[in-house]
Amino acid sequence: MTRLLASLRIALRALMVNKMRSSLTMLGIIIGVGAVIAMIAVGSGAKKRIAEQIASMGSNLLIVLSGSSTSGGLRFGSGTVPTLTADDAKAIQAEIPAVKYVAPSLGGVAQVVFGNQNWSTLINGTTPEALEIREWPLSSGRPFTQQDIEGATKVCLLGKTVADNLFGGIDPVGQIVRIKKVPFTVIGVLAPKGQSTYGQDQDDTIIVPLTTAQKRLFGMQFPGMVRVIAVQAREPEVMKQVEDQINDLLRQRHHLQAKQDNDFTVRNLTEVMSTAEQSANVMSLLLGAIASISLIVGGIGIMNIMLVSVTERTREIGIRIAVGAKGRDILLQFLIESLVLSLIGGTLGIGIGIVGTLILSTFTQWPTLFSIQAILLAFLFSGSVGVFFGFYPARKASLLNPIEALHYE
Amino acid sequence: MRFAPCSLRLKGKMGSLIQVQDLVKVYSLGEVEVQALQGVSLSIDRGEFVAIMGASGSGKSTFMNILGFLDRPTSGQYLLEGINGEHLSRDELAEIRNQKIGFVFQGFNLLSRTSALENVELPLIYAGTSTSKRKEIAQKALSAVGLEGRSHHHPSQLSGGEQQRVAIARGLVNQPSILLADEPTGNLDSKTSIEIMGIFRRLNGDLGITIIMITHEPDIASFAKRNILFRDGKIVDDRNSALQG
Repeated sequence: MTRLLASLRIALRALMVNKMRSSLTMLGIIIGVGAVIAMIAVGSGAKKRIAEQIASMGSNLLIVLSGSSTSGGLRFGSGTVPTLTADDAKAIQAEIPAVKYVAPSLGGVAQVVFGNQNWSTLINGTTPEALEIREWPLSSGRPFTQQDIEGATKVCLLGKTVADNLFGGIDPVGQIVRIKKVPFTVIGVLAPKGQSTYGQDQDDTIIVPLTTAQKRLFGMQFPGMVRVIAVQAREPEVMKQVEDQINDLLRQRHHLQAKQDNDFTVRNLTEVMSTAEQSANVMSLLLGAIASISLIVGGIGIMNIMLVSVTERTREIGIRIAVGAKGRDILLQFLIESLVLSLIGGTLGIGIGIVGTLILSTFTQWPTLFSIQAILLAFLFSGSVGVFFGFYPARKASLLNPIEALHYE
Repeated sequence: MRFAPCSLRLKGKMGSLIQVQDLVKVYSLGEVEVQALQGVSLSIDRGEFVAIMGASGSGKSTFMNILGFLDRPTSGQYLLEGINGEHLSRDELAEIRNQKIGFVFQGFNLLSRTSALENVELPLIYAGTSTSKRKEIAQKALSAVGLEGRSHHHPSQLSGGEQQRVAIARGLVNQPSILLADEPTGNLDSKTSIEIMGIFRRLNGDLGITIIMITHEPDIASFAKRNILFRDGKIVDDRNSALQG
């Protein structure tokens, strides 16, 4: 213990003697660790944003779109011809056990008026399950219920953007708004959700009961018409199976012959999102790798300086060995020196990395995320860089021949 | 004296401090073999003050390196207090040097940027002595060579004679069995050389410390009680010093 303390003191003194050299060597590690911290923060920030977007859309989500029908050789795109009904949605819920929630919807853009304010927004007629799928809580009021669907009551939920624009500071709950001149009672305000993956403001919307939208707002080309059915599977593993079952069920319900194309489209949104997640993963891995390279370069800097230091201090090493230093003592002395360099560098690097990331995210608006694990990892990594790159010079020093070392000029 | 397994404590005859038998050292410099020592036999008793003389290349430095366990003989036997270093590891030899041998070099070999006191402490660090004890012992050793007031000076702030005295204090701090001095006055003027020899005489005479010193100056050698002359790797003369009558 005494010897370890003495070695530590000797190492610190040696570093103090060459302040300029020590700090420049440390700079390599500082930049390396700082880069690792910053890059991991940017990478995990991106991953977190994508995870949030997945959650805001609803997880394990399948979207069934109507349309893509063929008529007289002309093929129409998805959604151009409505073919889905609320009954299709009910059938999906009833006949596919792996389905958790089903939310049919019919919507469109309409002008909304309150007092002397008006606002054009997306009106979405749907069922209460839609809020469950999107995990969308209310910030005030109450959600609508099955009774509202059955009775086609004229109630609505406002997105935050709509509430802000129409009501300013007033509490909208209990007020009457007019959508396409039809009066609706505001029963609740949705919690803010922010932008979607595609940069769309998800809060710029009004949700009304599906039946009300069908009867009062958008009309029906046939009874029970809906444009989209959102389906949430119970777990990610059954997504593919549910997709196939929906296909079979709807083909059967729509009486499609074997050779006919589907008159609807099933989209697996989780797949889209997981692709996005994967590319975020690859990106953060890449950033981390590049940053690690700079840390390794810093480590090589330490090794270089330690080699110079060993050569410079050959005579000192010779004296120490002559008066009784064992190989271990010399090894430890130089190892501690490089460890101290890299750990001080690592600590400063963590500070620089955090400050740098905060500056970066302020100027670029990139989401960033620090984690204790990443910081600890960077610190340990810098320590092991010190030991790894310090070992060779230290071992070289410990194996010096004392006679030659004493006569070294 | 933590060192020395029993098997290695071979009894030297007459209990001599140093027993040297047929010591041979051969260096190979590329393809040429240089016979630095060609069969040296010698014994030195406790309390002796020996000067080893000889021209450069006579093998006296090689002999000193072997005596100091810094080098190993090619053949022959060297026993210090009955300890044979032949089969000992590097680290075991380091421990013997630490415990039993004090070195004084021609070029002082002090650590620059380190105070006199810390230089003297160096062997104690590797002996594992606690910090406070270290300071105390080192301070005493400095006092013994008359440098009690200079303990916090760095080597660059000390004269050559003072630096050599720091080196002597360092050599003595672990209370070694022998003090090996390799041309201790080689870098000093004659007045300072005599001062250093005065210290050696006092350490030898008053404290009974065994000193073996290499020198090529006859008047320095004359301070020792016994003079040994090396030539071509052999001892050619071994007698009591002229001054010691």
